[in-house]
Amino acid sequence: MSTPTIAAAVSPPAADPGAPALVAPRRRGLPYKVISWTVPVLLLVAWELLARAGVIAPNVLPAPSSVGTTAWRLTETGELPTHLWESLKRAAIGLAIGGSLGLVLGTLTGFSRLGEAIVDRNIQIVRAIPFLAILPLVMVWFGVGESGRYFLVALGTLFPIYLNTVLGIRQVDPKLLEMGRVVGLPKLRLVRTVILPGALPSVLLGVRLALTNAWLALVIAETVGAPAGIGFMATNAREFLQTDVIVLVIVLYALIGLTTDLFARFLERRLLAWHPNYHGGSQ
Amino acid sequence: MTTAVEAPAVRARSVTRRYGDRTVLHELDLEIRRGEFVALIGKSGCGKTTLLRTLAGLDALDGGDLTVPPSSTVVFQEHRLLPWWKVWRNVAINLPRGTARARARSALEEVGLGDHAEAWPVTLSGGEAQRVALARALVREPELLLLDEPFAALDALTRIRMHGLVRNLIARHRPAVLLVTHDVDEAILLADRVLTMREGRIAADHRVSAAARTRGDAAFVTLRAELLAELGVVEQ
Repeated sequence: MSTPTIAAAVSPPAADPGAPALVAPRRRGLPYKVISWTVPVLLLVAWELLARAGVIAPNVLPAPSSVGTTAWRLTETGELPTHLWESLKRAAIGLAIGGSLGLVLGTLTGFSRLGEAIVDRNIQIVRAIPFLAILPLVMVWFGVGESGRYFLVALGTLFPIYLNTVLGIRQVDPKLLEMGRVVGLPKLRLVRTVILPGALPSVLLGVRLALTNAWLALVIAETVGAPAGIGFMATNAREFLQTDVIVLVIVLYALIGLTTDLFARFLERRLLAWHPNYHGGSQ
Repeated sequence: MTTAVEAPAVRARSVTRRYGDRTVLHELDLEIRRGEFVALIGKSGCGKTTLLRTLAGLDALDGGDLTVPPSSTVVFQEHRLLPWWKVWRNVAINLPRGTARARARSALEEVGLGDHAEAWPVTLSGGEAQRVALARALVREPELLLLDEPFAALDALTRIRMHGLVRNLIARHRPAVLLVTHDVDEAILLADRVLTMREGRIAADHRVSAAARTRGDAAFVTLRAELLAELGVVEQ
Protein backbone atom coordinates (compact mmCIF):
# COMPACT_ATOMS: atom_id res chain seq x y z
CA MET A 1 0.00 0.00 0.00
CA SER A 2 2.62 2.49 1.00
CA THR A 3 5.16 1.63 -1.67
CA PRO A 4 3.14 2.95 -4.65
CA THR A 5 2.39 6.16 -2.74
CA ILE A 6 6.06 6.81 -2.21
CA ALA A 7 6.84 6.06 -5.84
CA ALA A 8 4.14 8.48 -6.93
CA ALA A 9 5.46 11.18 -4.65
CA VAL A 10 9.01 10.75 -5.84
CA SER A 11 8.48 10.50 -9.57
CA PRO A 12 7.13 13.99 -10.43
CA PRO A 13 10.27 15.92 -9.36
CA ALA A 14 12.38 13.32 -11.13
CA ALA A 15 10.34 13.70 -14.31
CA ASP A 16 10.31 17.49 -14.04
CA PRO A 17 13.72 18.63 -12.89
CA GLY A 18 14.22 22.17 -11.61
CA ALA A 19 11.74 24.22 -9.61
CA PRO A 20 9.60 21.58 -7.83
CA ALA A 21 12.61 19.59 -6.67
CA LEU A 22 14.20 22.74 -5.28
CA VAL A 23 11.10 23.95 -3.47
CA ALA A 24 10.25 20.68 -1.77
CA PRO A 25 13.07 20.53 0.82
CA ARG A 26 12.62 24.21 1.70
CA ARG A 27 8.93 23.70 2.39
CA ARG A 28 9.80 20.82 4.67
CA GLY A 29 12.50 22.90 6.43
CA LEU A 30 10.18 25.73 7.48
CA PRO A 31 7.72 23.76 9.68
CA TYR A 32 10.63 22.08 11.44
CA LYS A 33 12.01 25.42 12.59
CA VAL A 34 8.58 26.69 13.58
CA ILE A 35 7.77 23.55 15.55
CA SER A 36 11.16 23.39 17.24
CA TRP A 37 10.67 26.93 18.54
CA THR A 38 6.96 26.60 19.27
CA VAL A 39 7.37 24.06 22.05
CA PRO A 40 9.74 26.10 24.24
CA VAL A 41 7.61 29.20 23.70
CA LEU A 42 4.48 27.28 24.72
CA LEU A 43 6.23 26.02 27.85
CA LEU A 44 7.18 29.58 28.71
CA VAL A 45 3.59 30.74 28.22
CA ALA A 46 2.31 27.87 30.39
CA TRP A 47 4.81 28.78 33.09
CA GLU A 48 3.65 32.41 32.95
CA LEU A 49 -0.03 31.47 33.14
CA LEU A 50 0.46 29.00 35.99
CA ALA A 51 2.48 31.56 37.94
CA ARG A 52 -0.16 34.25 37.43
CA ALA A 53 -2.93 31.85 38.41
CA GLY A 54 -1.04 31.24 41.64
CA VAL A 55 -0.49 27.54 41.00
CA ILE A 56 3.27 28.13 41.26
CA ALA A 57 4.17 30.25 44.26
CA PRO A 58 6.33 33.29 43.31
CA ASN A 59 8.93 32.42 45.95
CA VAL A 60 9.35 28.98 44.37
CA LEU A 61 9.47 30.04 40.72
CA PRO A 62 8.55 33.60 39.72
CA ALA A 63 6.77 34.25 36.42
CA PRO A 64 8.97 34.92 33.37
CA SER A 65 7.51 38.41 33.13
CA SER A 66 8.54 39.22 36.70
CA VAL A 67 12.07 37.96 35.97
CA GLY A 68 12.03 40.27 32.95
CA THR A 69 10.93 43.23 35.05
CA THR A 70 13.64 42.47 37.60
CA ALA A 71 16.22 42.39 34.81
CA TRP A 72 15.01 45.77 33.58
CA ARG A 73 14.99 47.29 37.08
CA LEU A 74 18.49 46.05 37.90
CA THR A 75 19.79 47.30 34.55
CA GLU A 76 18.35 50.76 35.21
CA THR A 77 19.98 50.98 38.63
CA GLY A 78 23.27 49.91 36.98
CA GLU A 79 23.57 46.97 39.35
CA LEU A 80 23.29 44.27 36.70
CA PRO A 81 25.79 45.77 34.22
CA THR A 82 28.34 46.25 37.01
CA HIS A 83 28.10 42.66 38.20
CA LEU A 84 28.04 41.30 34.66
CA TRP A 85 31.14 43.28 33.78
CA GLU A 86 32.93 41.97 36.90
CA SER A 87 32.13 38.39 35.88
CA LEU A 88 33.10 38.86 32.24
CA LYS A 89 36.39 40.41 33.31
CA ARG A 90 37.19 37.45 35.58
CA ALA A 91 36.33 34.95 32.86
CA ALA A 92 38.39 36.80 30.27
CA ILE A 93 41.47 37.22 32.48
CA GLY A 94 41.29 33.66 33.77
CA LEU A 95 40.86 32.29 30.27
CA ALA A 96 43.71 34.40 28.96
CA ILE A 97 46.06 33.10 31.66
CA GLY A 98 44.93 29.47 31.54
CA GLY A 99 44.57 29.41 27.78
CA SER A 100 47.98 30.81 26.96
CA LEU A 101 49.63 28.55 29.54
CA GLY A 102 47.82 25.55 28.05
CA LEU A 103 48.82 26.56 24.54
CA VAL A 104 52.49 27.08 25.42
CA LEU A 105 52.78 23.89 27.47
CA GLY A 106 50.84 21.94 24.85
CA THR A 107 53.11 23.20 22.09
CA LEU A 108 56.18 22.23 24.16
CA THR A 109 54.85 18.72 24.72
CA GLY A 110 53.69 18.35 21.14
CA PHE A 111 57.01 19.36 19.63
CA SER A 112 59.80 17.94 21.70
CA ARG A 113 60.34 14.66 23.48
CA LEU A 114 62.22 16.56 26.18
CA GLY A 115 59.33 18.97 26.60
CA GLU A 116 56.94 16.06 26.89
CA ALA A 117 59.16 14.34 29.46
CA ILE A 118 59.28 17.48 31.59
CA VAL A 119 55.71 18.72 31.26
CA ASP A 120 53.28 15.95 30.45
CA ARG A 121 53.33 13.73 33.54
CA ASN A 122 52.90 16.69 35.89
CA ILE A 123 49.93 17.96 33.94
CA GLN A 124 48.35 14.51 33.93
CA ILE A 125 48.77 14.23 37.71
CA VAL A 126 47.26 17.65 38.41
CA ARG A 127 44.51 16.97 35.90
CA ALA A 128 43.45 13.90 37.85
CA ILE A 129 42.24 16.21 40.63
CA PRO A 130 38.74 17.54 39.97
CA PHE A 131 39.66 21.20 39.83
CA LEU A 132 36.77 22.29 42.04
CA ALA A 133 38.03 19.99 44.79
CA ILE A 134 40.90 22.33 45.48
CA LEU A 135 38.52 25.21 46.22
CA PRO A 136 39.24 25.15 50.01
CA LEU A 137 42.96 25.20 49.27
CA VAL A 138 42.54 28.13 46.92
CA MET A 139 40.73 30.03 49.66
CA VAL A 140 43.56 29.36 52.09
CA TRP A 141 46.16 30.45 49.52
CA PHE A 142 44.50 33.51 48.09
CA GLY A 143 41.93 34.41 50.74
CA VAL A 144 38.84 36.04 49.32
CA GLY A 145 40.76 38.26 46.85
CA GLU A 146 40.42 38.38 43.10
CA SER A 147 43.54 36.33 42.35
CA GLY A 148 41.97 33.15 43.74
CA ARG A 149 39.11 33.48 41.25
CA TYR A 150 41.49 34.07 38.35
CA PHE A 151 43.40 31.03 39.52
CA LEU A 152 40.31 28.82 39.50
CA VAL A 153 39.23 29.92 36.03
CA ALA A 154 42.77 29.56 34.71
CA LEU A 155 43.02 26.07 36.15
CA GLY A 156 39.72 25.07 34.57
CA THR A 157 40.72 26.35 31.13
CA LEU A 158 44.33 25.17 31.07
CA PHE A 159 43.67 21.44 30.69
CA PRO A 160 41.26 21.34 27.76
CA ILE A 161 43.45 23.69 25.77
CA TYR A 162 46.64 21.86 26.73
CA LEU A 163 45.25 18.43 25.84
CA ASN A 164 43.75 19.53 22.53
CA THR A 165 46.87 21.41 21.49
CA VAL A 166 49.01 18.32 22.08
CA LEU A 167 46.49 16.17 20.23
CA GLY A 168 46.28 18.64 17.35
CA ILE A 169 50.04 18.79 16.88
CA ARG A 170 50.30 14.99 17.03
CA GLN A 171 47.59 14.64 14.39
CA VAL A 172 49.28 16.84 11.81
CA ASP A 173 49.72 14.73 8.68
CA PRO A 174 53.37 13.57 8.52
CA LYS A 175 53.07 13.54 4.73
CA LEU A 176 52.52 17.29 4.75
CA LEU A 177 55.59 17.71 6.98
CA GLU A 178 57.59 15.71 4.45
CA MET A 179 56.29 17.94 1.65
CA GLY A 180 57.46 20.93 3.67
CA ARG A 181 60.94 19.45 3.84
CA VAL A 182 60.93 18.70 0.11
CA VAL A 183 60.21 22.33 -0.77
CA GLY A 184 62.89 23.35 1.71
CA LEU A 185 60.86 25.11 4.42
CA PRO A 186 63.07 26.11 7.35
CA LYS A 187 62.03 24.65 10.72
CA LEU A 188 60.33 27.76 12.07
CA ARG A 189 58.30 28.34 8.92
CA LEU A 190 57.37 24.67 8.92
CA VAL A 191 55.84 25.23 12.35
CA ARG A 192 53.97 28.31 11.19
CA THR A 193 52.73 27.09 7.83
CA VAL A 194 52.16 23.39 8.41
CA ILE A 195 52.04 22.40 12.08
CA LEU A 196 50.04 25.18 13.74
CA PRO A 197 47.33 25.45 11.04
CA GLY A 198 47.07 21.66 11.08
CA ALA A 199 46.57 21.69 14.83
CA LEU A 200 44.10 24.59 14.76
CA PRO A 201 40.81 22.65 14.52
CA SER A 202 41.79 20.73 17.62
CA VAL A 203 42.97 23.85 19.48
CA LEU A 204 39.67 25.60 18.76
CA LEU A 205 37.77 22.62 20.10
CA GLY A 206 39.89 23.03 23.23
CA VAL A 207 38.88 26.69 23.41
CA ARG A 208 35.20 25.74 23.29
CA LEU A 209 35.59 23.24 26.09
CA ALA A 210 37.63 25.79 28.03
CA LEU A 211 34.87 28.39 27.72
CA THR A 212 32.41 25.96 29.29
CA ASN A 213 34.85 25.26 32.10
CA ALA A 214 35.55 28.95 32.61
CA TRP A 215 31.91 29.69 33.41
CA LEU A 216 31.60 26.64 35.60
CA ALA A 217 34.65 27.74 37.58
CA LEU A 218 33.24 31.23 37.83
CA VAL A 219 29.87 30.08 39.20
CA ILE A 220 31.68 28.33 42.04
CA ALA A 221 34.29 31.04 42.59
CA GLU A 222 31.73 33.82 42.77
CA THR A 223 29.39 32.10 45.17
CA VAL A 224 32.22 31.93 47.71
CA GLY A 225 32.87 35.32 49.21
CA ALA A 226 32.96 37.44 46.07
CA PRO A 227 32.12 41.14 46.59
CA ALA A 228 30.63 41.47 43.08
CA GLY A 229 29.74 39.49 39.98
CA ILE A 230 26.60 37.70 38.93
CA GLY A 231 27.42 34.73 41.17
CA PHE A 232 27.52 37.17 44.07
CA MET A 233 24.16 38.52 42.91
CA ALA A 234 22.66 35.05 43.20
CA THR A 235 24.18 34.37 46.63
CA ASN A 236 23.03 37.72 47.86
CA ALA A 237 19.53 37.14 46.51
CA ARG A 238 19.38 33.82 48.33
CA GLU A 239 19.89 35.63 51.65
CA PHE A 240 16.85 37.78 50.93
CA LEU A 241 14.81 35.03 49.23
CA GLN A 242 14.68 37.03 45.96
CA THR A 243 13.85 34.09 43.74
CA ASP A 244 13.39 36.35 40.71
CA VAL A 245 17.03 37.50 40.92
CA ILE A 246 18.23 33.92 41.33
CA VAL A 247 16.30 32.84 38.24
CA LEU A 248 17.61 35.88 36.40
CA VAL A 249 21.20 34.88 37.18
CA ILE A 250 20.54 31.35 36.00
CA VAL A 251 19.09 32.68 32.75
CA LEU A 252 22.10 34.98 32.40
CA TYR A 253 24.51 32.05 32.77
CA ALA A 254 22.62 30.23 30.04
CA LEU A 255 22.73 33.28 27.75
CA ILE A 256 26.42 33.77 28.39
CA GLY A 257 27.05 30.12 27.62
CA LEU A 258 25.15 30.44 24.37
CA THR A 259 26.94 33.64 23.39
CA THR A 260 30.41 32.29 24.07
CA ASP A 261 29.60 29.16 22.11
CA LEU A 262 28.39 31.27 19.19
CA PHE A 263 31.61 33.26 19.43
CA ALA A 264 33.69 30.08 19.39
CA ARG A 265 31.79 28.83 16.36
CA PHE A 266 32.26 32.15 14.63
CA LEU A 267 36.03 31.78 15.22
CA GLU A 268 35.91 28.27 13.77
CA ARG A 269 34.09 29.44 10.67
CA ARG A 270 36.51 32.30 10.14
CA LEU A 271 39.73 30.44 10.86
CA LEU A 272 38.73 27.10 9.34
CA ALA A 273 37.16 28.35 6.13
CA TRP A 274 39.35 25.84 4.29
CA HIS A 275 38.07 22.87 6.29
CA PRO A 276 35.34 20.80 4.59
CA ASN A 277 33.65 20.07 7.94
CA TYR A 278 33.17 23.76 8.80
CA HIS A 279 31.13 24.91 5.80
CA GLY A 280 34.47 25.30 4.06
CA GLY A 281 35.36 25.36 0.42
CA SER A 282 34.83 28.19 -2.00
CA GLN A 283 31.08 28.48 -1.41
CA MET B 1 83.59 9.65 -22.88
CA THR B 2 82.23 13.12 -22.29
CA THR B 3 81.71 12.78 -18.56
CA ALA B 4 84.50 15.26 -17.91
CA VAL B 5 82.65 17.89 -19.96
CA GLU B 6 79.23 17.33 -18.46
CA ALA B 7 78.89 15.68 -15.07
CA PRO B 8 75.71 13.66 -14.64
CA ALA B 9 72.87 15.17 -12.59
CA VAL B 10 72.68 12.14 -10.32
CA ARG B 11 75.53 9.82 -9.50
CA ALA B 12 75.09 7.02 -6.99
CA ARG B 13 78.00 4.70 -6.17
CA SER B 14 77.52 1.61 -3.99
CA VAL B 15 74.58 3.22 -2.22
CA THR B 16 73.39 1.04 0.65
CA ARG B 17 70.40 1.46 2.89
CA ARG B 18 69.30 -0.89 5.66
CA TYR B 19 66.19 -1.07 7.80
CA GLY B 20 67.17 -3.17 10.78
CA ASP B 21 68.83 -6.28 9.31
CA ARG B 22 67.00 -5.96 5.99
CA THR B 23 69.12 -4.43 3.23
CA VAL B 24 66.81 -2.41 0.99
CA LEU B 25 69.42 -0.80 -1.24
CA HIS B 26 72.37 -3.10 -1.88
CA GLU B 27 75.49 -1.31 -3.23
CA LEU B 28 73.39 0.30 -5.91
CA ASP B 29 74.95 2.22 -8.82
CA LEU B 30 72.96 4.75 -10.82
CA GLU B 31 73.61 7.68 -13.13
CA ILE B 32 71.07 10.08 -14.57
CA ARG B 33 72.28 12.63 -17.11
CA ARG B 34 71.01 16.20 -17.16
CA GLY B 35 67.64 16.42 -18.87
CA GLU B 36 67.30 12.65 -19.00
CA PHE B 37 64.00 10.95 -18.13
CA VAL B 38 64.56 7.66 -16.32
CA ALA B 39 61.77 5.34 -15.23
CA LEU B 40 62.29 2.82 -12.50
CA ILE B 41 60.07 -0.23 -12.26
CA GLY B 42 60.09 -3.23 -9.99
CA LYS B 43 57.93 -5.34 -7.73
CA SER B 44 56.73 -3.77 -4.51
CA GLY B 45 59.34 -4.01 -1.83
CA CYS B 46 62.26 -4.04 -4.26
CA GLY B 47 63.50 -0.71 -2.89
CA LYS B 48 62.46 1.67 -5.66
CA THR B 49 60.65 4.09 -3.37
CA THR B 50 63.51 3.95 -0.89
CA LEU B 51 65.89 4.90 -3.69
CA LEU B 52 63.71 7.86 -4.62
CA ARG B 53 63.48 8.98 -0.99
CA THR B 54 67.23 8.72 -0.65
CA LEU B 55 67.72 10.90 -3.73
CA ALA B 56 65.22 13.39 -2.28
CA GLY B 57 67.19 13.57 0.95
CA LEU B 58 64.25 12.18 2.94
CA ASP B 59 66.10 8.97 3.82
CA ALA B 60 69.70 8.71 5.02
CA LEU B 61 72.44 6.58 3.45
CA ASP B 62 74.08 3.71 5.28
CA GLY B 63 76.94 3.52 2.82
CA GLY B 64 78.23 4.62 -0.57
CA ASP B 65 78.44 8.00 -2.31
CA LEU B 66 75.62 10.04 -3.69
CA THR B 67 75.68 13.25 -5.69
CA VAL B 68 72.42 15.01 -6.45
CA PRO B 69 71.78 18.52 -7.80
CA PRO B 70 71.14 21.19 -5.18
CA SER B 71 67.62 21.82 -6.45
CA SER B 72 65.47 18.74 -6.48
CA THR B 73 61.83 18.23 -5.70
CA VAL B 74 59.30 15.45 -5.44
CA VAL B 75 55.76 14.83 -6.69
CA PHE B 76 54.24 12.16 -4.48
CA GLN B 77 51.43 9.72 -5.11
CA GLU B 78 49.18 11.98 -3.01
CA HIS B 79 49.01 15.65 -3.91
CA ARG B 80 50.01 16.78 -0.39
CA LEU B 81 48.52 20.25 -0.76
CA LEU B 82 48.02 22.27 2.42
CA PRO B 83 44.21 22.37 2.78
CA TRP B 84 44.34 25.72 4.62
CA TRP B 85 46.01 27.52 1.74
CA LYS B 86 44.44 28.44 -1.54
CA VAL B 87 45.79 26.74 -4.63
CA TRP B 88 48.15 29.53 -5.69
CA ARG B 89 49.76 29.79 -2.25
CA ASN B 90 50.36 26.05 -2.29
CA VAL B 91 52.25 26.47 -5.54
CA ALA B 92 54.09 29.54 -4.24
CA ILE B 93 55.15 27.86 -0.97
CA ASN B 94 58.65 28.91 0.05
CA LEU B 95 59.32 30.89 -3.13
CA PRO B 96 61.01 34.27 -2.64
CA ARG B 97 58.40 36.93 -1.90
CA GLY B 98 57.62 39.53 -4.50
CA THR B 99 57.52 37.38 -7.59
CA ALA B 100 56.00 34.35 -5.87
CA ARG B 101 52.41 35.06 -6.81
CA ALA B 102 53.12 35.80 -10.46
CA ARG B 103 55.30 32.72 -10.80
CA ALA B 104 52.66 30.53 -9.17
CA ARG B 105 50.04 31.86 -11.54
CA SER B 106 52.06 31.17 -14.65
CA ALA B 107 52.92 27.69 -13.37
CA LEU B 108 49.22 27.04 -12.83
CA GLU B 109 48.48 28.25 -16.33
CA GLU B 110 51.07 25.82 -17.64
CA VAL B 111 49.17 22.90 -16.11
CA GLY B 112 45.87 24.33 -17.36
CA LEU B 113 44.58 25.51 -13.98
CA GLY B 114 45.04 29.26 -14.30
CA ASP B 115 41.45 29.91 -13.27
CA HIS B 116 41.74 27.75 -10.12
CA ALA B 117 44.34 29.93 -8.42
CA GLU B 118 41.88 31.18 -5.80
CA ALA B 119 40.20 27.80 -5.17
CA TRP B 120 40.60 25.77 -2.01
CA PRO B 121 42.36 22.42 -2.49
CA VAL B 122 39.35 20.46 -1.17
CA THR B 123 37.29 21.61 -4.14
CA LEU B 124 39.68 20.08 -6.70
CA SER B 125 39.32 16.68 -8.32
CA GLY B 126 42.10 14.13 -7.94
CA GLY B 127 43.57 14.93 -11.35
CA GLU B 128 43.43 18.69 -10.76
CA ALA B 129 45.08 18.40 -7.36
CA GLN B 130 47.87 16.33 -8.88
CA ARG B 131 48.36 18.96 -11.58
CA VAL B 132 48.70 21.59 -8.85
CA ALA B 133 51.31 19.38 -7.18
CA LEU B 134 53.12 19.23 -10.53
CA ALA B 135 52.98 23.02 -10.82
CA ARG B 136 54.35 23.31 -7.27
CA ALA B 137 57.29 21.13 -8.29
CA LEU B 138 58.04 22.76 -11.66
CA VAL B 139 57.74 26.37 -10.44
CA ARG B 140 60.97 25.73 -8.53
CA GLU B 141 62.80 24.97 -11.82
CA PRO B 142 64.38 21.85 -10.30
CA GLU B 143 67.41 20.21 -11.86
CA LEU B 144 66.10 16.89 -10.59
CA LEU B 145 62.42 16.00 -10.54
CA LEU B 146 61.45 12.91 -8.59
CA LEU B 147 58.07 11.38 -9.38
CA ASP B 148 56.87 8.80 -6.87
CA GLU B 149 54.00 6.96 -8.62
CA PRO B 150 52.28 10.30 -9.22
CA PHE B 151 49.59 8.85 -11.48
CA ALA B 152 48.83 5.69 -9.52
CA ALA B 153 45.77 7.09 -7.75
CA LEU B 154 44.20 8.62 -10.87
CA ASP B 155 41.56 7.06 -13.08
CA ALA B 156 42.66 5.64 -16.45
CA LEU B 157 41.43 8.56 -18.59
CA THR B 158 42.94 11.23 -16.35
CA ARG B 159 46.18 9.26 -16.31
CA ILE B 160 46.44 9.33 -20.10
CA ARG B 161 45.88 13.10 -20.11
CA MET B 162 48.47 13.53 -17.37
CA HIS B 163 51.03 11.57 -19.39
CA GLY B 164 50.68 14.03 -22.26
CA LEU B 165 50.93 17.01 -19.93
CA VAL B 166 53.97 15.69 -18.12
CA ARG B 167 55.73 14.89 -21.39
CA ASN B 168 55.19 18.46 -22.66
CA LEU B 169 56.20 20.10 -19.40
CA ILE B 170 59.36 18.08 -19.07
CA ALA B 171 60.30 18.73 -22.69
CA ARG B 172 60.06 22.45 -21.89
CA HIS B 173 61.81 22.55 -18.49
CA ARG B 174 64.36 19.78 -19.12
CA PRO B 175 65.01 18.60 -15.55
CA ALA B 176 66.55 15.20 -14.96
CA VAL B 177 63.63 12.96 -14.02
CA LEU B 178 63.33 9.78 -12.03
CA LEU B 179 59.87 8.26 -12.28
CA VAL B 180 59.05 5.42 -9.93
CA THR B 181 56.10 3.40 -11.18
CA HIS B 182 54.82 -0.11 -11.49
CA ASP B 183 53.03 0.61 -14.73
CA VAL B 184 55.27 -0.80 -17.47
CA ASP B 185 53.37 0.98 -20.30
CA GLU B 186 53.72 4.31 -18.55
CA ALA B 187 57.46 3.77 -18.12
CA ILE B 188 57.96 3.04 -21.83
CA LEU B 189 55.75 5.87 -23.06
CA LEU B 190 57.40 8.57 -20.94
CA ALA B 191 61.03 7.65 -20.32
CA ASP B 192 64.28 7.74 -22.28
CA ARG B 193 65.56 4.85 -20.21
CA VAL B 194 63.73 2.20 -18.24
CA LEU B 195 65.48 0.52 -15.33
CA THR B 196 64.24 -2.54 -13.54
CA MET B 197 65.17 -3.08 -9.96
CA ARG B 198 65.54 -6.30 -8.04
CA GLU B 199 66.74 -7.00 -4.52
CA GLY B 200 68.05 -3.50 -3.94
CA ARG B 201 70.01 -3.26 -7.18
CA ILE B 202 69.45 -2.03 -10.71
CA ALA B 203 68.88 -5.31 -12.57
CA ALA B 204 68.57 -4.08 -16.15
CA ASP B 205 68.84 -0.87 -18.15
CA HIS B 206 66.83 -0.41 -21.37
CA ARG B 207 67.14 2.53 -23.73
CA VAL B 208 63.72 3.37 -25.19
CA SER B 209 63.82 3.94 -28.96
CA ALA B 210 61.56 6.57 -30.53
CA ALA B 211 59.57 3.82 -32.25
CA ALA B 212 58.82 2.11 -28.95
CA ARG B 213 56.95 5.18 -27.71
CA THR B 214 53.98 4.31 -29.90
CA ARG B 215 51.64 1.82 -28.33
CA GLY B 216 51.13 -1.12 -30.68
CA ASP B 217 54.45 -0.63 -32.50
CA ALA B 218 56.49 -3.84 -32.64
CA ALA B 219 59.31 -2.19 -30.68
CA PHE B 220 56.85 -1.23 -27.94
CA VAL B 221 55.44 -4.73 -27.73
CA THR B 222 58.88 -6.33 -27.61
CA LEU B 223 60.22 -4.01 -24.93
CA ARG B 224 57.06 -4.41 -22.89
CA ALA B 225 57.31 -8.20 -23.00
CA GLU B 226 60.98 -8.02 -22.07
CA LEU B 227 60.34 -5.78 -19.08
CA LEU B 228 57.45 -7.88 -17.88
CA ALA B 229 59.57 -11.00 -18.15
CA GLU B 230 62.26 -9.33 -16.03
CA LEU B 231 59.63 -8.55 -13.43
CA GLY B 232 58.56 -12.19 -13.53
CA VAL B 233 55.17 -11.58 -15.17
CA VAL B 234 54.03 -13.86 -17.98
CA GLU B 235 51.05 -12.62 -20.00
CA GLN B 236 48.67 -15.23 -21.33
